[in-house]
Amino acid sequence: MQWVNAIIQGLLTGGLYALFACGLSLMFGVMKVVNLAHGDLATVAGYIGVGIIAISHMPVLWSIPVVVLLMAVLGYVMQRSILQAAITRGELTTLIVTFGLSIIIENGLQQFFKADSRGLGVGDSFITASFSIGSQITIAWFNLAVFVLAVVVLLGLQQFMSATRYGRLIRAVADDREAAQLSGADYRHVFGIAAAIAFGTVAIAGMCDGMITTISPTIGTDTILLFAFASVVIGGLGSLWGTLLGGVILGVAQAIGGQINPSWEQLAGYAVFLVVLVVRPEGLTSKGATA
Amino acid sequence: MKVTRSRRNVLWSGIGALVVLVVLFAFPYYVGPGTTGIMVQGLIVLTLASMWNLLAGYAGLVSVGQQAFFGLGAYFVLIPAMHGVTPWAGLFIAAIAAGVCALPLWWLVARLRLGYFAIATWVLAEVVMLVIEQISSVGGGTGMPLPGLSGMDAAVLTAYTYWAALIVAVLAIGGVYLLLRSKVGLVLTAIRDDERAARSSGVRVGLARMGVFVAAAAGCGAAGGVLAIEQLQVVPGTSGGVFSIQWTAEMAFAVIIGGIGTIEGPILGTIVFMALQQTLQSYNAWYLIVLGIVAVVIALFARRGLWGTLDERFNLRLFPVGYYLWSPTERRGRRRATTSV
Repeated sequence: MQWVNAIIQGLLTGGLYALFACGLSLMFGVMKVVNLAHGDLATVAGYIGVGIIAISHMPVLWSIPVVVLLMAVLGYVMQRSILQAAITRGELTTLIVTFGLSIIIENGLQQFFKADSRGLGVGDSFITASFSIGSQITIAWFNLAVFVLAVVVLLGLQQFMSATRYGRLIRAVADDREAAQLSGADYRHVFGIAAAIAFGTVAIAGMCDGMITTISPTIGTDTILLFAFASVVIGGLGSLWGTLLGGVILGVAQAIGGQINPSWEQLAGYAVFLVVLVVRPEGLTSKGATA
Repeated sequence: MKVTRSRRNVLWSGIGALVVLVVLFAFPYYVGPGTTGIMVQGLIVLTLASMWNLLAGYAGLVSVGQQAFFGLGAYFVLIPAMHGVTPWAGLFIAAIAAGVCALPLWWLVARLRLGYFAIATWVLAEVVMLVIEQISSVGGGTGMPLPGLSGMDAAVLTAYTYWAALIVAVLAIGGVYLLLRSKVGLVLTAIRDDERAARSSGVRVGLARMGVFVAAAAGCGAAGGVLAIEQLQVVPGTSGGVFSIQWTAEMAFAVIIGGIGTIEGPILGTIVFMALQQTLQSYNAWYLIVLGIVAVVIALFARRGLWGTLDERFNLRLFPVGYYLWSPTERRGRRRATTSV
C-alpha cells in the first residue's frame, strides 16, 4: 500500500510541476524563448510573499493574489525591456541573457536572504491534515488542493487562449508573427501579456511550493527549472494538458524511484526525461513539430 | 591573387607570445604562493572558457552542462590516485576519459536545437552528479580527499600545481587554435555561416560538432583534474562542488565579456573575471552578480564582447585563423585586405 500512497503523492505533485511548467511552455510556445531563469522566478515570488507577509501581516492565502499581480506586472516590464531586446538579437543572446538573469537572481537572493530556507506558514493543521480512503491510503488535503488549483489554472488558461481576444492574439502571434502584425497586432505588447501570464502562474506555483516545503535561493535551478522543463518535454510542447500529463508522469516516476531507493527520486525523473528526449522529443501529446 | 592566413607578419606576435609564456612559467620563482594559487584558479577558468567558447562561439552549441565533464575530470584524477597513479599522470587520464564519456552523452543530445540542447546538457550534468553521489567508494555525496600528494613541501606543490595548470591552459588554447586553423575550423565556419548550405556541399556537420563536443569535454576534464590537485579533494554537489553550475556561469560569463567567437576573447574575459573576483572577494557572491550583469549588458549591447569590439575597430588578431585575400597589386601589411574571414 505504500506504493499506492507514493504513486498518488507523485500524481498530486505532478499538478504542482504542471503549474510550474505552464509558464515555461507558454514563453517557449509564443516567444520561442527558453527561459533559463524560470525556476528562479518562482523563488522570487516566494520571497516576495515572505516579505509581504512580514510587512503587512496579512494571511498567507490573501498574499497569493498580491504576489501574483506583482509578478505579472514584473513579467510584462521585463519582457518589454530586457527579454525583448534579447529576442531581437537572436536565440543565442536570449539563452545567455536568461542564464545570466538566473545566476544574478540566485546569487542576489543568496546575498540578501542568506542560504537558509524559509517557509510560508499556512498553519500546520492545514498542511498536514489528511484524509483516508479505505484503511491504508492517506492523502494530504493540501497536496490535493494544489493539484485542484493547478487543474483550475490550466482550465482558466485554456479558456483564456480559446475564448478571449488576448488569447486569440497570443495564439495568432505564436503561429505567425508577421501575419499577426499585418492584421494590426502589436506583437511586443502581446509578448508582454504572455510573459505576464507566465510570471503570474509561476508565482502561484512558487507560493504553493513555499507552503508545502520551504524555499531557499537555489531551488530555482536545483529543482524547479529542470522539473518544469521535463514536464513540458514529456508532455509535449503546445498543449497545456500535455504539460499536466508530463508533470504527472514526472511526479509518478519520481515517486516510484523514491520508493525503490530514496536517493533515486530525482534520478528516476531525469531518466524518464532523457528517455523521452531520445525516443520522442516532441513529447507524448504533440502531433509533430520537433524541438 | 594571394591567400594568406594573416594580415601582418605574425612573427612578432609569435615572439611576443613566447615571451609571455616564459614569463608565466617563471612565476613561481619570484611570486609568492598566494598569488600563484590565484593564478591557478585563473588558469582553470581560462581553460574552461576556451572550451566553452569553442562550443558556443564556433560550433553553436550552448552547453549549460560542461560542469559534468569538469567534475568527471576531477574524479578521473581521483580514482587513479586511489590506485596509486600519481595525479600528474592522472591529468592525461582525466582528459581522455572525459572525452570518451562525451561520446554517449553526445548521442543523447546531438539532435537537439539550441534551447533544448542547453537544458538537456544541464539535465545530463545533474544526472552525472546524482549517479556519482551514489558511488560510496569515491566518497558519495561528501567527497573524498586526493591521495598521492602528501609529503610534498607546500610551496613546491603549489609551484607544480601552477605549472600543471599552465600547461593545461596552453595546450587547451593551442589545441583550439590548431583545430580552428585546420580543416575542422573551416567546416565550423561554414556551419556557422549557413548550415544548410554547408550540408549540401557535403560537409559532415554532425561529425564536426561531435568532434568539438568531445574535444571540449576533454579540455574541461583536464581543468577538473587541475582543480582536484589544487583543492586536494573532490567534492560533488551543487554548491561549490565540482558539479556546481557556478563553473558554467564563470566560463560562460568570461567568454561573453571577453568576446565570443574569438580565441583571444576568453583570455581577456578571464582577466576581467579574475580582476572582479579579487576586488569583490570580501563581498561573497557579489562578484558573480556583477559578472552576470556585465555579461548580460555586453550580450545585449556589445555582442562581440570586449575583444570582438577591438577586433572590429583595429582588425587585431593574435591568433589568426581566417583567410585573407590579396589582389595581386597589394603588398602584404601595407593595405587593408580585400576580404577576410
